Amino acid sequence: MEYLSMKNIKKSFGDLEVLKDISLHVNEGEVVSIIGPSGSGKSTLLRIATMLETLDYGEIHYLGEAAVEIVDGFSVYAKAKKLREIKNNFGLVFQNFNLFPHYSVLKNITDAPINVQKRNKKEVMAEAMELLEKMGLSDKADYYPSQLSGGQQQRVAIARALALNPKVLFFDEPTSALDPELTSEVLKVIKSLAEQHMTMVIVTHEMNFARNISDKVIFMDKGVIVVEGSPEEVFNSSNERMKEFLGKLQN
Amino acid sequence: MSFEVMLEQLSSGMLKSMMIFFLTLIFSLPLGMVMCFGRMSKNKIISGITGFIISILRGTPLMLQLMVVYFFPYYLFGWSIGGWRFPAIIVGFSINYAAYFAEIYRSGIEAIPKGQHEAAHILLYSKPQEFFKITLPQVIKIILPAMTNEIITLVKDTSLAFSISYIELFNLAQQIAAANTTMIPFVVAAIFYYVFNLIVSVVMRGFEKKLSYYD
Ligand SMILES: Nc1ncnc2c1ncn2[C@@H]1O[C@H](COP(=O)(O)OP(=O)(O)OP(=O)(O)O)[C@@H](O)[C@H]1O
Ligand SMILES: [Mg+2]
Repeated sequence: MEYLSMKNIKKSFGDLEVLKDISLHVNEGEVVSIIGPSGSGKSTLLRIATMLETLDYGEIHYLGEAAVEIVDGFSVYAKAKKLREIKNNFGLVFQNFNLFPHYSVLKNITDAPINVQKRNKKEVMAEAMELLEKMGLSDKADYYPSQLSGGQQQRVAIARALALNPKVLFFDEPTSALDPELTSEVLKVIKSLAEQHMTMVIVTHEMNFARNISDKVIFMDKGVIVVEGSPEEVFNSSNERMKEFLGKLQN
Repeated sequence: MSFEVMLEQLSSGMLKSMMIFFLTLIFSLPLGMVMCFGRMSKNKIISGITGFIISILRGTPLMLQLMVVYFFPYYLFGWSIGGWRFPAIIVGFSINYAAYFAEIYRSGIEAIPKGQHEAAHILLYSKPQEFFKITLPQVIKIILPAMTNEIITLVKDTSLAFSISYIELFNLAQQIAAANTTMIPFVVAAIFYYVFNLIVSVVMRGFEKKLSYYD
């Protein structure tokens, strides 16, 4: 089943055309990585998908439900109530975590399931402890974010997103704010999610990681998708811009 | 006049000063929030007008504002202002302090990183949930030191009520001092303001400590 479909997305900031007709499809259980140079519009695409930013033109569907449709040539967002329902389908992990500093680790994870989704408190708590165990953070439930390393904070942020049981999980450079030693522990967690067939869209600068875990890789440059396909296809592509991008990374 | 009698007389002034202090806080803290929302409104007209009101309240002497509040019912409508003196003081102080608090609240709200709001959106917190659960607790921690300064100033500012002849501590001390040619009432008043502010500082530091469980 197609979990996410974005069609003909266009977005400008003032005179700057950041996304020029981008389409993206993600099926159930698929892991899609988005790579590309700085300023190519990767974050903007993710922010439009997660509705932190509005698009200028295009369509977005989650599990077949229209979040944005084209009506008479204009993109129209669904009604607030419908949109809220649709937003239940995804989660987002930020580059700089954005944990709530005044909440303990456990409360960061459980507050939205309990107070937004109105789920049973005991059940949510038990699930959160399970998630923390998976993240290797069982002993940190009562800590505050500032008492944790960046890698630990990011794993809490992943647990917080997972606690809402999203169908699709987005990551925007989840390891860019981390030291190399801390990067691997976060990548390991994401990899294990991939093995459990969590549907994910990951913007990353970790090429080896993208290559290893992705079903599909998308290379963006200057607001367009230049190459997309399996990791083999993309990383062995003869496209000049792609080769130049990979070359720059190696130096 | 014996010291005990003097103290007894002064204590009625202390009570009145404390009344001004507490009533002003009770009204200005929430009113400041309303002004702050007005100031931060996306509606340009609302934010413009509120901004202008706040700048006037902060840019003119409180003493003058007290007089305006006290006398305007008489000059505008010819009403008798007999029983209006104390209410006028509370209204004047509350509006004035609300303006200062509004600006402090605003600085605190603007200090919350954008990412906090984005995380709240993604987790589907409603607007009120986002404000009361995520924004406000962090704002309170940020603004406590500035609030402490302002509240300490309020303790001392209560003496400005003398400008419309309200008999609070300072006014009373002045009267007793003049009648008995002695400085002692002023000394007592000074000690009172000082100790009151000491208590305010201790209480506020207690709040700060309570919120220091996270960075
Ligand atoms: N809110 C905004 N207002 C104006 N310009 C913006 C805004 N957000 C992004 N941009 C611009 O849009 C372009 C694309 O930005 P975006 O953050 O999507 O790039 P990116 O591919 O994520 O880059 P990076 O790898 O550095 O994170 C950049 O030129 C950026 O300056
Ligand atoms: Mg980015």
